[in-house]
Amino acid sequence: MVPRIRIGVLFSRVRVEEKWIFAALEQRGIDYDRLDDRLIYFDLDNPGPWTQYDAVLERSISFARGLYALRVLNAWGVPTVNTAAVAETCGDKLATSAALARAGVPQPRTVAAYTVESALDAIEKMGYPVVIKPVVGSWGRLLAKINDRDAAEAILEHKTTLGSYQHSIFYIQEYIAKPGRDIRAFVVGDQTICAIYRKSEHWITNTARGGQGEVCPVTSELADICGRAAQALGGGVLAVDVIEDPERGLLVNEVNHTMEFHTTVPTTGVDIPGMIVEHLLAVARREIEVLA
Amino acid sequence: MNTAVCPECEAEVVLEAGTEVGEIIVCGDCGVDLEVISLDPPEVALAPMEEEDWGE
Repeated sequence: MVPRIRIGVLFSRVRVEEKWIFAALEQRGIDYDRLDDRLIYFDLDNPGPWTQYDAVLERSISFARGLYALRVLNAWGVPTVNTAAVAETCGDKLATSAALARAGVPQPRTVAAYTVESALDAIEKMGYPVVIKPVVGSWGRLLAKINDRDAAEAILEHKTTLGSYQHSIFYIQEYIAKPGRDIRAFVVGDQTICAIYRKSEHWITNTARGGQGEVCPVTSELADICGRAAQALGGGVLAVDVIEDPERGLLVNEVNHTMEFHTTVPTTGVDIPGMIVEHLLAVARREIEVLA
Repeated sequence: MNTAVCPECEAEVVLEAGTEVGEIIVCGDCGVDLEVISLDPPEVALAPMEEEDWGE
């Protein structure tokens, strides 16, 4: 008799994405537990409650909680979607940029600096406008478009004075004059399964900030750059944000490891939660090896 | 119909069919985010505030 697959789904709150994932698991008759990250704990001398799972899907809203859960689970040999290594790289924009650069994936010009003086020096050499982003953060929070030196000095001082130590790791990118939209593409395994344009009159196009979704065709060029980006980050279930540069073409802006898809599913009609669950089950059956 | 009471403004909050524990709903009266903490009996609490590391 084939042993039943047992799945854990780690979550913070039940968004529509989690409801769809739970439904996809239930439709397939999969035995799974809902693991609220506010209620769990890890006893490092007693992995038994966790090693019962053939795989765990990490859907925490909190980057830190999700990452540390994955670290412990992977250390115990529990396969996860995604892995701790992937989450660690995706959750930090500078780590993402370094991984993309190592793999030769096109991305906006990016500079990291540690002091106000060196950041100003780098910005002046790049030329205005530039964009400063927190290395850890999401949903378009705390992004700053810097149009001149006065703004640069003010933002850098505020970040140094008001922010945690991470806000003094200055992550600076050239501003791309994108055509009022960017692209959010979804990669599962080695397939770019669908994409949407996120349109906005604001330079921040995140749907969390009001950007509107529209179907984007998955061209071979888009599939290629998204596949390369996903591979550079370690692979799994990922959302790749792509900017269209008027001169250089497609550039990868960031990669998300616990992506939302409440806009993409109704826009594209693609069964993203079903495909996530199929990938998760393949990992649980060891058809896909995620832990080296 | 399942209704809970908003802890912020004491308005009646309707839990639609298919609502799940852990889901976030919005109070129609005061607009506060509420987390469904029980379906039977229907109960909601103020949802946790967004934190710096929240996101995708």
